[in-house]
Amino acid sequence: MKKGRYGIHGGQFIPETLMAEVQAVEKAYEASKKDEAFQAELAQLLCEYAGRPSKLYYAKRMSEDLGGAKIYLKREDLNHTGSHKINNVLGQVLLAKKMGKTRVIAETGAGQHGVATATAAALMGLECEIFMGAEDTSRQALNVYRMELLGAKVHSVHSGTATLKDAVNETMREWTKRIEDTHYVLGSVMGPHPFPEMVRDYQRIISREAKIQCLEKEGKLPAAVIACVGGGSNAIGAFYEFIEDKSVRLIGCEAAGLGIETTQHAATISKGSVGIFHGMKSYFCQDDFGQIMPVHSISAGLDYPGIGPEHAYLHDTGRAEYVPITDEEAVEAFEYLAKMEGIIPAIESAHAIAHARKIAKHFAKDEVIIINLSGRGDKDVAAIARYRGGNIYE
Amino acid sequence: MSRIAKAFAGKKAFISFLTAGDPDIETTEKNILALVAGGSSLIEIGIPFSDPIAEGPVIERANMRALACGTTLETVFELVRRLREKTDVALVFLTYINPIFVYGAERFFKKAAEAGVDGCVIPDLPFEERGELMSAAKAYQIELISLIAPTSLARVELIAKEATGFIYLVSSMGVTGVRQNFSDNLMAIIKKIREVTKTPIAIGFGIATVEQVRELKSYADGIIIGSAIVKQIEMAGVEAPAKLEAYATEIVAALK
Repeated sequence: MKKGRYGIHGGQFIPETLMAEVQAVEKAYEASKKDEAFQAELAQLLCEYAGRPSKLYYAKRMSEDLGGAKIYLKREDLNHTGSHKINNVLGQVLLAKKMGKTRVIAETGAGQHGVATATAAALMGLECEIFMGAEDTSRQALNVYRMELLGAKVHSVHSGTATLKDAVNETMREWTKRIEDTHYVLGSVMGPHPFPEMVRDYQRIISREAKIQCLEKEGKLPAAVIACVGGGSNAIGAFYEFIEDKSVRLIGCEAAGLGIETTQHAATISKGSVGIFHGMKSYFCQDDFGQIMPVHSISAGLDYPGIGPEHAYLHDTGRAEYVPITDEEAVEAFEYLAKMEGIIPAIESAHAIAHARKIAKHFAKDEVIIINLSGRGDKDVAAIARYRGGNIYE
Repeated sequence: MSRIAKAFAGKKAFISFLTAGDPDIETTEKNILALVAGGSSLIEIGIPFSDPIAEGPVIERANMRALACGTTLETVFELVRRLREKTDVALVFLTYINPIFVYGAERFFKKAAEAGVDGCVIPDLPFEERGELMSAAKAYQIELISLIAPTSLARVELIAKEATGFIYLVSSMGVTGVRQNFSDNLMAIIKKIREVTKTPIAIGFGIATVEQVRELKSYADGIIIGSAIVKQIEMAGVEAPAKLEAYATEIVAALK
């Protein structure tokens, strides 16, 4: 396959102003892969600072309750900063530092990637600015304060639909303004090459660990791996090392919002079509004239009208399946996991829990399902209370 | 001689940009004819897009206004058809790649050529990805205009060698919008371009005033003004045509 392409998807569809820099990132990234000192430093950060490897936890009560497969949770929620996002940012911010950058910028939806980036920037002594849709700064006010506490400057983005896609737009604009000293820490497996590949490589540690852990605990591969998908970084991380194992079903859960029969969803694979946006060819929610459509999800982290190009390819080839999960199903799963296992998942990850609840019973009792629990749900508690009619504000 | 070549023949070209459908498609037609009457020799017509990532706030707002009043590719093609009955000025689209890709490149360039479009500027289609559209554009003789930025120094030869129509030289870092200072790199880049091609160079991004035009005109073959025009349309609404004609006259005088 051509460099930076996944079947027909991927590419580098960005303004000329950014091209030289994106190629410089590509070069630095390729060099870092062979740089033993870099790899050792990153490995140490992931272990000592982020707390890796993350546990593969057998959810006994949940498994018994669902009456089918043995359910395991890959506990990315227990990483430092509370989600899988730290895996990617430690890699990218370290790379930025090696490139001589003194400042990092990033978009964020739920705030998880923003918090992770601000954390890594604080750790490595870089200046940090985060762009977040105005809609999301109010949905996730606590995370805004958290980022500020970590020394980042948070910009509230009011343009367009004031959500994640607009935050990406604004971060790209900021990068074209100031490229000399700045690296754009893209938060997902999206954007122009090399980002989809680089972010995937920083996230594949999830499936690398999970595969070893599953073989140790069960002596065999899982029957299925389930993860939620917005841009798709935790999902590609959870899938990647299993792609070669054809017996393992890979299932991505996208946000169906109020339902894919309505216009209020972010179900890119179920309802989108092929387009070229945010630097990549992939699937997008768009109209017949290629205008990007407003999307909706209760989860700010999945509220994005596109999906990473490698997922688009896994969908085209049939290697992975993508299913829609509604807000209501996700909220029920959020509450279910809290009561059943004493674990409050991020509302993003709850989409994966919801799908496991639907399909676990169709598996044999000795088969294993791994759910990537991509983040913790503390950030969502007030919003879910409000969804249920409560009156709790952060 | 092509209409684009004519725009640069024997004079410095004044290239004006506006967004189609801002504030409505009828006013856009009047605005374009007013700019032509004022002496603008090439008009860049922006096809509105939901997420114009290379634009600053002024042109982004114009995109939103145009979409809000129902502007689509079809109404923009009709606008060009009507303009072609009245003027033979060079007309170039500025559009993000997604509207072309989703409409179908073949169908897009066929319709554009039939309507009378001469070229296309695509800010999110760098040199390396031109293969995506090149054959369809060539089949209908639509020039894909190459962009060169202050960061392109090492890429100038690659890009300029294959540039046709004109070269859109981005004056400074960042997105579109009026500014005070231009990149220090400009002279070095222009020199490099001249070494490899005779394709005319037009400088854009951030230019608004007669003084700036006087400062930059000796380096380039044309000047592109966008945000300063769109700002006047935003302020004046349907009263814009008279203002734009006067503005174009001033700029063209400064280019002489």
